[in-house]
Amino acid sequence: MALYDKRRRRNTLAMALSFAATAFGLGWLVFILGALLWNGASGISLSVFTEMTPPPGAAGGLLNPLVGSLIMTALAVLIGTPIGMFAGTYMAEYGRYEKVTRLVRFINDILLSAPSIVVGLFIYEVMVAPMGHFSGLAGAVALAVLVIPVVVRSTEDMLLLVPNSLREAALALGMPRAHVIAHISYRAARAGIVTGVLLAVARISGETAPLLFTALNNQFWSVNLNAPMPSLPVVIFQFALSPYKDWQSLAWTGALIITLVVLALSIIARILAAPRRSS
Amino acid sequence: MPPARRPSLVDVALQNGALAAADQQERIKRLGQIRSIDKLFRILTRACALAVLGILGAVLLSLFFGAWPALSTFGLNFFVTESWNPVTEKFGALPAIYGTLVTSTIAMLIALPVGLFIAIFLTELCPIWLRRPVGIAIELLAGIPSIIYGIWGFFVFAPFLQTTLQPFLVDSFGNIPLLSTLFAGPPYGIGIMTAGLILAIMVLPFITSISRDVFETVPPVLKEAAYGMGCTTWEVFWNVSLPYTRVGVIGGFMLALGRALGETMAVTFVIGNAHRISGSLLAPGTTISATIANEFTEAVSDLYTSSLIALGLILFFITFVVLAVARILLAQIERRAGS
Repeated sequence: MALYDKRRRRNTLAMALSFAATAFGLGWLVFILGALLWNGASGISLSVFTEMTPPPGAAGGLLNPLVGSLIMTALAVLIGTPIGMFAGTYMAEYGRYEKVTRLVRFINDILLSAPSIVVGLFIYEVMVAPMGHFSGLAGAVALAVLVIPVVVRSTEDMLLLVPNSLREAALALGMPRAHVIAHISYRAARAGIVTGVLLAVARISGETAPLLFTALNNQFWSVNLNAPMPSLPVVIFQFALSPYKDWQSLAWTGALIITLVVLALSIIARILAAPRRSS
Repeated sequence: MPPARRPSLVDVALQNGALAAADQQERIKRLGQIRSIDKLFRILTRACALAVLGILGAVLLSLFFGAWPALSTFGLNFFVTESWNPVTEKFGALPAIYGTLVTSTIAMLIALPVGLFIAIFLTELCPIWLRRPVGIAIELLAGIPSIIYGIWGFFVFAPFLQTTLQPFLVDSFGNIPLLSTLFAGPPYGIGIMTAGLILAIMVLPFITSISRDVFETVPPVLKEAAYGMGCTTWEVFWNVSLPYTRVGVIGGFMLALGRALGETMAVTFVIGNAHRISGSLLAPGTTISATIANEFTEAVSDLYTSSLIALGLILFFITFVVLAVARILLAQIERRAGS
């Protein structure tokens, strides 16, 4: 009887702990989102979206970093998506059973979680240093390097889900392979591929580390890709660590905006990919 | 109107014969075009797949060349020197490596048990309709950008720790020999411990979602057999699920560790950026990534820049090994689940 009680007590304890752990994990989410709303919501106004970043002690907005972030994110997606999509296509279609595909998949999975600051250093070495100056283009390329592994992974996964009988039917009609891929495989996997791109956008829109020494920052309005370009995360970094109250509250507002965008993107992506579990 | 006379087979054959020559030419041309488009597409996609390998190679090469001046100046001493002095240009990676390892260790010590317990909750206890929402909510923690953890940690979490947990630790362990060094000094709020705790929150979702996924690969018949013998939920988990999925759980652990080692912005905000090794967890320190983020744009001399790139190379090497092990382990369990 004593053994039975002991086992039951241990089980009750473990189950209580797992409840507690879940509450603990969810608690942090609430804590962080609550702090963001508490500190950032009061700063949200129209002027945030229409005015430039202010000098210390003045009122202003976040227009230039918002635009900078948009430009660099869009460019990064434009550069990264085709490369990632084609790479994923090769792995799932032409080279499905090749050794090189397994190697690429392995390396890609590592790049997927590689530290983003290292990507910043890499782009600094190959773009910023040779060009002699920081630039928005370098920032966009750094972000593109982060987009590629996400898109490769999701494209490959989604194309592997397309039933082979679809491809075989199309090939039996005499369709060339490239057409089968473009008109059958891509069409069947479209939702999944779009999800991958959305996840990639969610990932890079909050990235700070790779931009610190590629795009740098800019206090002023700049859409010149060949010059330092402001971005929301870097401005948050700079403003939050500054001693000025105005800057700090703008940083909180910016943080709230980024978080809302990123969470919205990842929730939309999840809805699009609903029947599949993500890894 | 009467239907048009359908052409007889002979007509068709004659017609085809007349058109054949021109048609055939056209056909061959089109087929050739299609074939070359196909070939081109294949080459293009293959080049993109190889570009992924190229990125890895380029990162390694460029970091190595960038780090070479520092590595050749300091040699192996770079890894064991504690000083980091931009004025005299003496650089050593030891405090940064130490900080990286210690913060990640704290993070994993907390995140592993908590993450596993959440996974148990999600696979065993949680009502089915609640599983997806709770799972997604935990995974949203991974979606929050690291800069957000940074600003939150700096303004909210660090002051919170400074006034609650840290004085408590100092008071309770201040007189116990070994622990008093671990929790020595004034509670600054920012420091190694705060960074470790924030990292723990950040990697928690990785451990949870991977453990949950691998727990779901346990064949129900195994669990049912154990339940049938009268095992408790905990006993089924501990004696059946966990041994069965051990490889996958370790893989998830390594993946989370790889994240923790390379995490930059959140740590940069709360670590305090002090290049010294302190026995106390409450003291400020630095990590590899925080040092690079804080100092790279301020590095004026070539040797300084090169030393920072060398730090980046070390970080990339460590995380590469950890992540590679993680992927190999996870591939093993995937293969088993597939067969």
